[in-house]
Amino acid sequence: MAPYASKYIPGNAEADGNRESMLALIETFRSYESKVRANSQSKATRFHERGQLLPRERINLLLDPGRPYLELSSLAGLKMHDDDGADSAMGGGSIAGIGYVSGVRCLVVANDSAIKGGSISPMGLRKTLRAQEIALENKLPVVSLVESGGANLEHQSEIFVDGGKIFCNMARLSAAGIPQVTVVHGSSTAGGAYLPGLSDYVVVVRNKAKIFLAGPPLLKAATGEVATDEELGGAHMHATVAGTAEYLAEDDAHGVQIARQIMSHLHWPDYQEPNDFAEPLYSGDDLVGLVPTDYRKPYDVREVMARLVDGSDFLDFKNNYGIPIVCAHGSIGGHKVGLIGNNGPIDVDASVKAAQFIQLCCQTDMPIIYLQNITGYMVGVEAERGGIVKHGAKMIQAVANASVPQLTVVLGGSFGAGNYGMCGRGFDPRFIFSWPNARTAVMGGEQAAKVMEIITTAKLERKGMSPDPEFLKGMSDHIINQVDKQSTATFSTARLWDDGIIDPRDTRKVLAYCLSICRDAQERELHPNSFGVGRM
Amino acid sequence: MQRVLIANRGEIALRVMKAARALGYETVAVYSDADAASMHVEAADQAYRIGGAAVADSYLNMDAVLAAAKATNADAVHPGYGFLAENADFVRACKKAGLNFVGPDADAMEALGNKRQARLKMNKEGVPCLPGYEGDAQDAKALMKAAQGIGFPLMVKAAAGGGGRGMRLVAQESDLEAALRGARSEAQDAFGSDELILEKAATSVKHIEIQVLADGHGEVLYIGERDCSSQRRYQKVIEEAPSPSVDEKLRQAMGEAAVKVAKSVGYVGAGTVEFLLDGDGNFYFLEMNTRIQVEHPVSEMITGIDLVAWQLRIAAGEKLSIQQKDVGLCGHAIEARLYAEDPDQNFIPQSGPLHRLSLPEDLGLRLECALQSGDEVTPYYDPMIAKVIAYGANRDEALRKLDRALGQTQVFGIKTNKDYLRRILQHADFAAGGVTTDWLEAQDFMANALPNELVWALAALVHVNLHSGNDGWSNALWLQSAAALEHGGEKKTLWVEQDKEAFRVHVDEGTHFEFAGVSKDGEQLFCRHEGKRLELSFLEADGEVWLSYEGQTYCFGLISNAAAAEEGEEDNRLQAPMNGRVVAVPLASGAEVEAGATVVVVEAMKMEHEIQAPKAGKVSEILVEVGQQVAAREILAILELDEGSSEHAA
Repeated sequence: MAPYASKYIPGNAEADGNRESMLALIETFRSYESKVRANSQSKATRFHERGQLLPRERINLLLDPGRPYLELSSLAGLKMHDDDGADSAMGGGSIAGIGYVSGVRCLVVANDSAIKGGSISPMGLRKTLRAQEIALENKLPVVSLVESGGANLEHQSEIFVDGGKIFCNMARLSAAGIPQVTVVHGSSTAGGAYLPGLSDYVVVVRNKAKIFLAGPPLLKAATGEVATDEELGGAHMHATVAGTAEYLAEDDAHGVQIARQIMSHLHWPDYQEPNDFAEPLYSGDDLVGLVPTDYRKPYDVREVMARLVDGSDFLDFKNNYGIPIVCAHGSIGGHKVGLIGNNGPIDVDASVKAAQFIQLCCQTDMPIIYLQNITGYMVGVEAERGGIVKHGAKMIQAVANASVPQLTVVLGGSFGAGNYGMCGRGFDPRFIFSWPNARTAVMGGEQAAKVMEIITTAKLERKGMSPDPEFLKGMSDHIINQVDKQSTATFSTARLWDDGIIDPRDTRKVLAYCLSICRDAQERELHPNSFGVGRM
Repeated sequence: MQRVLIANRGEIALRVMKAARALGYETVAVYSDADAASMHVEAADQAYRIGGAAVADSYLNMDAVLAAAKATNADAVHPGYGFLAENADFVRACKKAGLNFVGPDADAMEALGNKRQARLKMNKEGVPCLPGYEGDAQDAKALMKAAQGIGFPLMVKAAAGGGGRGMRLVAQESDLEAALRGARSEAQDAFGSDELILEKAATSVKHIEIQVLADGHGEVLYIGERDCSSQRRYQKVIEEAPSPSVDEKLRQAMGEAAVKVAKSVGYVGAGTVEFLLDGDGNFYFLEMNTRIQVEHPVSEMITGIDLVAWQLRIAAGEKLSIQQKDVGLCGHAIEARLYAEDPDQNFIPQSGPLHRLSLPEDLGLRLECALQSGDEVTPYYDPMIAKVIAYGANRDEALRKLDRALGQTQVFGIKTNKDYLRRILQHADFAAGGVTTDWLEAQDFMANALPNELVWALAALVHVNLHSGNDGWSNALWLQSAAALEHGGEKKTLWVEQDKEAFRVHVDEGTHFEFAGVSKDGEQLFCRHEGKRLELSFLEADGEVWLSYEGQTYCFGLISNAAAAEEGEEDNRLQAPMNGRVVAVPLASGAEVEAGATVVVVEAMKMEHEIQAPKAGKVSEILVEVGQQVAAREILAILELDEGSSEHAA
């Protein structure tokens, strides 16, 4: 097979313009991430003076040196609730990612206890729940580094009820045969006490961990009993008396070391990664230059595929039929995949082509990669008469019921039913990531404004009034502005519509890693038990 | 003569086998339990076990060696050097067993072995000796009087002695009486004879030795000299031939004197006559070694004469086919002895796994070595790893090649004197030629260079990269990998970040290094740093990271996160610092100990190590007894230490 012949010319004015614009967007989301990190880092002295490590330092020590680590939802809750996207950027108050601990690939979740004491925010809760979902779906052991003041009471109404799901998930993970290791670095009280309580392996840090249902003030109020923190739930008590903890650590670094030892002793056989594959012919760096950040500017999605697949080699499926959709067979990191991308609004032929291709992927158990850049399904008399609703529905049925892992990358626009047909968040892709130029909304701002203008004009005319152009202009600007603001990648990622924004140049690595995770999960045999492992 | 048994081990056993095989002889190796899988066993036609690891049980055990010869039908025995090589009783025992001993006869050996007899003989032959005393009268009065005549400083030596025992350096007359008493009792204990001699202590002299070859038909040749003046504690470190301090005239004078020494005792075989040479060109007989020397290759390389082959030919009764006029010297050869020892810790011998041993192949070197990657350096024998010998048309060339060769040598897993050897070779005094025997010990250069920040960073890079195989990408820009390293007591935690272009290693606050284009080929790593291409070899094993960079070897320890916590637990257990033998246990279980009190004494490679209590407390249990062999890190005793903290209250 011949590799794809790229028509991209790096260094011309168009490429330079695209690059400049994309790098600025990358810089924007990276700077938000830096703010989260700086916010946490600002407490370094206080933590170190107490003999504690910052949450990111704990993770750095926990993970195997130099092995891949995929951070998830680093900007969850951005500019929502108490997060102002600046000095109080919080990243959802936790750090989640998939990395290796003593050779075992696992999901690592840590409270960012240097930010508001690691208290749980509504979006932080969503982030944790999504992380648990990933662990369950992908059979990933979980390591939690816990230190949290519990739910943020100001927002308790948005946390309390759904928060129960965390504990439910933990019990189900244990029952499914997925081990959970928790290191308690600090406070983990009241409801938080069940985090260690429901973990399979618990490490407590001496003189720092606190695990109890009610602390001294609440206890005194409730029963009049007077007791110290240490008596109620210190590390030593839990390791020697209550038996809540299996391992007693001397400090944070030691606690993390014990977690590493636990993972090294698990019977969790290695997954054999494919290793005989070629890198793409074209550099992934081209992606920032060849894709316009404005979703309205067309480009051939095959150029993107050529920079994602092994050897830049893919087999175009029905390339002269249903042209707005590009389907292709290829491999990423040695994993055979089906790729589906957009070169325009999905029409009747494109719908059925995609639906057929999805079924073929399922026939041979091949994961599907959706590369979203879609303004929607084709409209108009011809389309409607051609049965676009009927045929579009077939594509949506195929996506919704596909039996293979589906991964989505939002390369640009994700509008209308296109978001659904191309496996948006609502269709439960195993992983979904966005490029920083992504736009997600029911329709584009200008379209929405135009629609509203037409409706409003018609309403006024029915009432015999003539519309004030000033008013219409103001209304239109407002809508454009609002939709634009509410469709950006940072707006989306804050709401967990994706699992994170990625640098386009990382796309191949991210996909290869996720495909490896999916394949590992598929081949791994778990040993479920009925109720989760009880601590006796 | 059909079958030669080599009563030795290591590189010399291989060397003898090579010569024997080339002459068509069958070879028999003997081995101790510790050497069962060693190279000399594999190289021989037959191999025979002679006992346990300890030398007294095996290589020094005459009966076992003779039994091996009988069992394998050997008809000749080559003793190599050391062990039984200069043991006249062994020579007689071989003769009695009908074995051809490759070396001189027992009488010649004895005549030269006793220092008093040797001096008497040399005086008679007119071979110059240092001013001294070798008289019959051995009472203190006679010796004191003789000492006054010789002058101070002087040496008191046991006549039957060797290896530094029964030997005293006396700086002034007032110390003499005590020195005589001490040397006498030591000599009596060690050698069964309390005879002493006195010799003027020579300072600023060179150690020059003449190689001789004598056949059983009266022909004795001198095969040039070797200069072994670079010594440390009477151990030769670097040897070369010819000597930069010897000209043709002096060579002839010393050579003829050496021939005279050999002839005086009817010497047969290869031997070495050692002389001291002073600054005025005067030389003095020191002793004659009646065996092949460790450093014999340098003579072979400049003369083209195979000394070991001649040992065998002479033993078989052949006549020397060359004459003195045929012995010509061509070019220059220098030998360095690569030892498993730690120059930074008083040259303490090292034992353990030799993870990698790699010597350069492109410099026309001669390598005498019986170890390979994966072997173990055991604590039972001389810890020499290899002899590295370079040859050049002139001294500068040989020196340059040897230095380069050592720079390219990789020994990972065990500390060596490699970099120490290079310090010597690179020193201006040594390069100028003509250093004296006191020169090397007067040098205080750091044996092993301390790693600079770049080397620390490279160690961290290696550690992190080793596990990542370069696939360690992350979308999290804050992600760093820790490399907690230790070198010579200094501890650092380095943080390594990786982005698309490069690895960034943070060494200390504000100092970082960037390495681009990192690639690996086996155990070699390449990268670019500020435009310079760096190349290094590495190995990580047993919690250590070994690096060879720009000709230097570095060993970093990896510190576990939990080290701090674990140290606390280990405090009350005393461990052996290395493989050795327990020689004293001054305290019993239950005894009170002060901080720093000696609890157990372990002897390893002739040095005694006192294992002390880290804190005051009580001895709960002694786990070893005197005479017991212990392995490195074996627990010797458990203490109950006085605790300051009240952690146990709960």
